[in-house]
Amino acid sequence: MAKLTIPSEEYQVGGHAACPGCGAALAMRYLLKGLGPQAVVVIPACCWAVIPGAMPGTCLRVSTVFSSFESTAAMASGLKAGLRQTGRGDVPVVGFAGDGGTADIGIQALSGAAERNEDFLYVCYDNEAYMNTGIQRSGSTPAFSWTTTTPHGLEKHTPKKDLPMILDAHHIPYIATLNPSFPEDFVAKATKAARFKGTRYLHVLADCPTGWKHDPSQMVEVGRLATLSHYWPLYEIDQGRLKITWSPSNPIPVEKYLRSQGRFKNVTPEEIAQIQQTVDERWHALQERASRDQKSPERIEVQSETPASSVPHSVHPVSETVIVHPNEPFPSR
Amino acid sequence: MTVKLHGRALSEPMAWTSTAEDSTAGSWRNQRPQLIEAKCTGCNVCWKFCPEPAIDIVGKKVAFDLNVCKGCGVCAEVCAPGAIEMVPEESA
Amino acid sequence: MTKALLSGNEAVAEGVRLARAQVVAAYPITPQTTIVEKLAEMIGERSLSAEFIPVESEHSAMAASIGASLAGARAFTATSSQGLALMHEMLHWASGQRVPVVMANVNRALAPPWNVWVDHTDSMAQRDTGWIQIYAETNEEVLATILQAYRVAEDPEVLLPTMVMLDAFVLSHTYMPVEIPSQEAVDQFLPSYRPVVRVEPGTMQLFGSFSPPDLAYMEFRHDMASAMQTAHRKLIQAGRDYARVLGGQPLGPIDEYRTEDAEVLIVALGSLAAAARDTVDEFRREGRKVGLARIRVFRPFPEEEIRALGSRVQSLVVVERAHSFGSGGPVATEVRSALLDIPSRPAVASYIAGLGGREVTPRHLRALVERAIRKDVPREAWVGVKEVIA
Repeated sequence: MAKLTIPSEEYQVGGHAACPGCGAALAMRYLLKGLGPQAVVVIPACCWAVIPGAMPGTCLRVSTVFSSFESTAAMASGLKAGLRQTGRGDVPVVGFAGDGGTADIGIQALSGAAERNEDFLYVCYDNEAYMNTGIQRSGSTPAFSWTTTTPHGLEKHTPKKDLPMILDAHHIPYIATLNPSFPEDFVAKATKAARFKGTRYLHVLADCPTGWKHDPSQMVEVGRLATLSHYWPLYEIDQGRLKITWSPSNPIPVEKYLRSQGRFKNVTPEEIAQIQQTVDERWHALQERASRDQKSPERIEVQSETPASSVPHSVHPVSETVIVHPNEPFPSR
Repeated sequence: MTVKLHGRALSEPMAWTSTAEDSTAGSWRNQRPQLIEAKCTGCNVCWKFCPEPAIDIVGKKVAFDLNVCKGCGVCAEVCAPGAIEMVPEESA
Repeated sequence: MTKALLSGNEAVAEGVRLARAQVVAAYPITPQTTIVEKLAEMIGERSLSAEFIPVESEHSAMAASIGASLAGARAFTATSSQGLALMHEMLHWASGQRVPVVMANVNRALAPPWNVWVDHTDSMAQRDTGWIQIYAETNEEVLATILQAYRVAEDPEVLLPTMVMLDAFVLSHTYMPVEIPSQEAVDQFLPSYRPVVRVEPGTMQLFGSFSPPDLAYMEFRHDMASAMQTAHRKLIQAGRDYARVLGGQPLGPIDEYRTEDAEVLIVALGSLAAAARDTVDEFRREGRKVGLARIRVFRPFPEEEIRALGSRVQSLVVVERAHSFGSGGPVATEVRSALLDIPSRPAVASYIAGLGGREVTPRHLRALVERAIRKDVPREAWVGVKEVIA
């Protein structure tokens, strides 16, 4: 048997209520592999409020606290304070919210908590619209994407909010972008994030075949195209220093990514050119920042429990596991 | 249905301890994965990308848990040697 | 036991310190602010070993309090008016999640127009959220009520969040002599919080997960209703135990004053009752049988006590600092409802008074009682409304 490249332990049980080919389901599965069974997860209104199943069932092998839509970060702040006050300050608290709950209704609580540097990990699984209510546009919906509230003729012309950079402006110890199509990179970042004290932010591009309008079987491939085209670059900001964790040697045109999904079926060549320009500008800005940051000394002083290394190791026992990093793209056919 | 919480009925915060073992997610499926054993190299990539998870990695070859597999077809797509075939439920 | 001059807000903070609260999450709002300032000071100087979470809104204050309480910590927050209104969603969340959070609400008017003075509309608008509601009349009662609130809220048979109300400025910023009980005595009355269920890492707990119609949603609501009923009994017991262990008069759901042979009863909440006591004394000096029933606990509503009082009097004069537009005074509505089917039903006059801090004096109350004595019992009347000059 081949060596595993992500931990074999499962903290998510199959049989949940996610749609077939759900990227958010894969995101939670990887996240918990990276964090281990002691994590306490706070989930607001979002697809994941439903995915675990109706009470008294759950697909998660971790203690789960549900919160109102906009309160993930505030609930997590209180939970962590309560755990410290009851002598359990080492328990990892994780907020797991969608893009609506993060970019829109929950940004106030998240910004407040990040400014206070509350000690928890916040994970945004970004499927680029309100998917649980049936595909309405959010502040994280990309330009020219179809949603039920941006139908043809009423498309969104503004780009999606750059949440990792908004969080970067809060000077928190660790920020990273993740993509379930790159599991090794994903799990490594989750494990690494767990080692910091203070607010840590992970932003996952989570494919939603239902809302993005493509066959569920293409979930991993669509995610792969997102990063291969620089639409979703994989980077981390470790104590203020940005580093691109994996990038394609030959990036593909963003059109290939857009054409893989029905939600972009009405985009015009001019709009594609506009999206390509935005993608290129962002990619160059990231590259510039990365090269600047890697040359400069650490920009901000933040407390880290253990020295951060670029090759993180699992914090909990993992059997038969070799963490490979930087990411090895999965073999393509 | 009688609802019990830690031996006391309902006068506590909502805390439950259970599993999703009685899930009927498998009934959503309109196609199922079938392994072509000769082609399987045991690389576990299918297991890695399964969003349920519904793929077992014990033993040399993969096994699908059809109680929970929704038939999304991701496993067949990511299988480099083409060892997984999606078969419509009616002909399975 | 020591005696000190404390403002109402300081009495709240002193109560929270004696209760050994563990997590305080709060956001400033006039006239509540000095409560959290005082608590921050106590935590800073280590006379209270709690964590202070300076949240960015009242909504988050309640969310953080719920989180802390779920972890098994004793949580406290305080707010007023707009802040309480912003919390509304999380008030339901707290009671639904059965967390014994205690909150002080300094009763203040809701805008617009902006107004920071006393008015009960803020907390009356939250009466259906599943919170126990207690309205204090004096600063000493404020302190005692904070301690009693934790005791009842954390009772395994109750597990409901509790709101302690004090009137803006009339109590919050007015200094009164307050008996401060010793920490030893308080610890005896209020042991540390022992949660029935708390967040335990490494388990498959679910707190508040999805529940469709045929599952437990309705059962949870029914259980909250039962717990609220139980709270009535527990509040009476807590008042008695408090008096026994810490001294003072036992405080119950209704605070009766010279009701023994009364024919007319003033019904009021909070500091209005202090003015009403003067009115009652004045009538009594004249040999007229007037008494006061101060409703201290509004949720659970003391229906039995109101019925017992109502069956003994000719009329009740409900004076309140709130109005439910399109219905009437919320207190009068509930009093009338409680009395509906008693054999000798008294008349119930409903007066809306003192909104937005407008002064209500013993002289005003005297005029209202005299109307009742003359059998003039309005369905609803507003006290002291001026002709607005545009």
